[in-house]
Amino acid sequence: MDSDDDFISNMSSEEDMLPDDSDNDMSNYEDYGFDDEPDAYSDSQKETGHGKKVAYDFSFKVYQPSDIQKQQDDLINEVNMILDISKEEAAILLRYFRWNKERLIEDYMDRPGQVLDAAGLSQSAAGPPKIQVIPGFVCDICCEDEPGLESFALKCGHRYCVDCYRHYLSQKIREEGEAARIQCPSEGCTLIIDARSLDLLVPQDLTDRYHELLHRTYVEDKETLKWCPAPDCQNAVECAVKKKDLDRVVPTVSCLCGHRFCFGCILNDHQPAPCELVKKWLKKCADDSETANWISANTKECPKCNSTIEKNGGCNHMTCRKCKHEFCWMCMGLWSEHGTSWYNCNRYEEKSGMEARDAQARSRVSLERYLHYYNRYANHEQSARLDKDIFHKTEKKMVQLQKESGMSWIEVQYLNSASQALQTCRQTLMWTYAFAFYLARNNLTEIFEDNQKDLEMAVEALSEMFERPITELADPKLKVEIMDKTTYCNKRRVILLEDTAQNLAEGKWTFNVEFSGSAANGGPSTRR
Amino acid sequence: MSTQFAAKRLSKELSKISSSLPPGIELVSADNFEEWLLDIRVLDNNPLYQNQTYRLKFRFGSSYPIEPPEVVFVKLPDRPIPMHPHIYSNGIICLDLLGQQGWSPVQNVESVCMSLQSMLTGNSKNERPPGDEEFVRGNRLRPKDIEFYYHDNDV
Ligand SMILES: [Zn+2]
Ligand SMILES: [Zn+2]
Ligand SMILES: [Zn+2]
Ligand SMILES: [Zn+2]
Ligand SMILES: [Zn+2]
Ligand SMILES: [Zn+2]
Repeated sequence: MDSDDDFISNMSSEEDMLPDDSDNDMSNYEDYGFDDEPDAYSDSQKETGHGKKVAYDFSFKVYQPSDIQKQQDDLINEVNMILDISKEEAAILLRYFRWNKERLIEDYMDRPGQVLDAAGLSQSAAGPPKIQVIPGFVCDICCEDEPGLESFALKCGHRYCVDCYRHYLSQKIREEGEAARIQCPSEGCTLIIDARSLDLLVPQDLTDRYHELLHRTYVEDKETLKWCPAPDCQNAVECAVKKKDLDRVVPTVSCLCGHRFCFGCILNDHQPAPCELVKKWLKKCADDSETANWISANTKECPKCNSTIEKNGGCNHMTCRKCKHEFCWMCMGLWSEHGTSWYNCNRYEEKSGMEARDAQARSRVSLERYLHYYNRYANHEQSARLDKDIFHKTEKKMVQLQKESGMSWIEVQYLNSASQALQTCRQTLMWTYAFAFYLARNNLTEIFEDNQKDLEMAVEALSEMFERPITELADPKLKVEIMDKTTYCNKRRVILLEDTAQNLAEGKWTFNVEFSGSAANGGPSTRR
Repeated sequence: MSTQFAAKRLSKELSKISSSLPPGIELVSADNFEEWLLDIRVLDNNPLYQNQTYRLKFRFGSSYPIEPPEVVFVKLPDRPIPMHPHIYSNGIICLDLLGQQGWSPVQNVESVCMSLQSMLTGNSKNERPPGDEEFVRGNRLRPKDIEFYYHDNDV
């Protein structure tokens, strides 16, 4: 590894290369959408030479709940002043217009009566909405007709008993998450139940949920805003990348809570694979799960003595406890041969010379090919999970390590960095295999596979160091090695991602499947 | 309370449809407030459905009629699945009024049967929805958990 050492010393950490969002003011996002800047990609290409901006960079900004509230309040205040209506009415109108202020103002100027009417705000002679008892009334939902039955109707006159209305609203609010645009329960009636009527009818136990949903419409109605999907996180992310850009960029954003996700599809970070290929891949994996099941996930037999070995860490270097045989978990080959023949473990040679004699042989080849990539994908996915477990265990050992070696809490944090690097890099490696599965060979794939191999080797090496017993970890020499390897892994990951993103932005990859960037299709789909 | 809610409405519906139903619709069984069976026939001379009777199975949740019932065609020796570009060969129906968005609590068993009747009457295409084979092979979900993209709304 001597040749690597000079390389490492020149490395900066990944943090230097990550998108720096602090200097981007997203308030004028409309001004720099990809529409207006057809040269955005080639610009970034020029800049990469100096490491200022990487090819997969794009702007995003994280908003906390108070920011989101403030933006709403600002818009409400603005509309309140321009249109000379109450703040309450301004809020209702803005929600009705999906927070499109310009359209609201334009439409309102043109025909205020119709706009107020549509949003349920027109000043009718009947005054505010009220619950009534009407003699001879029969509810069309529950078929109840007892005297004294309380009922309610919107302007359309479709009258139902209050009990049914509450059931209906509970269903919409609790189960369907609707609030701002609930329609009259009558068949085919599109009248929206206005906020005042809702205040009157929404059951007490649902008012909090109802107001929360109203609050959420602000983010949900804007194409440029998305909630962070991490559980319990209340932040939203703003990003100008649009649906049609997704064949050229993989917009991974990172929330203040630490969660990294794709702005395009909300799944966990899946760089370098574009959303559409990720969708295809996950569907394929789900469809082929029965085939894939036979790839035993957690246990394998030692190739020498056949005793069952359970993979208990993220590293591929396996040592049989019984016979001390050392082998590679992925290819089951001798570990000693991996120094020179790692290729066999990383790369699937397209069997160009092979003549597919019949359809059966061809399908076997395609299955083999799929399993090759699937195995490696699944392996990294599993290892990433195991590395996480190991870190939790190591956390305790870090305390021990402080006692034994006299290192401070700060001084043992390098293990934390290593663990994080392992997980991020494995996440990337995992998706490189899904990406590679759809890649048709051209002169660029070789560079890609070399980058993949480099990163994979570095990750396996780091993973192995990371798993050493606590007594060895106290050795300051190992600490330096781990720190260097961590930096190196992060650097290799950036290089790989940058190369892939660059080619994606420039449309240089060829895929062996139809790839359009947009995946609109008819027919049934299943819910996630 | 909710269960009672559905039961109350269903018992009213039952007493009404036991005494009268529009032509071409027949109640086969309604032994409880969870599942009812009805037969429907197409009344005009549409050659696709002539001389045939189709079996419908209704399943009601505790939130019926606020929530739509689950409605499917059932295959029996003398009850085929009608040929229609919105009806899958396993009997699952792609119809927006049976989805949460298109459903109105004012609808009922009778009106659903009539809608399906007219959906068949108005059809002239002797075909299944696109992707039928794949869907029927792969689908293990209940109809209410399937998200349909409604192909068109003129049914
Ligand atoms: Zn009622
Ligand atoms: Zn109405
Ligand atoms: Zn978050
Ligand atoms: Zn995505
Ligand atoms: Zn062994
Ligand atoms: Zn190997």
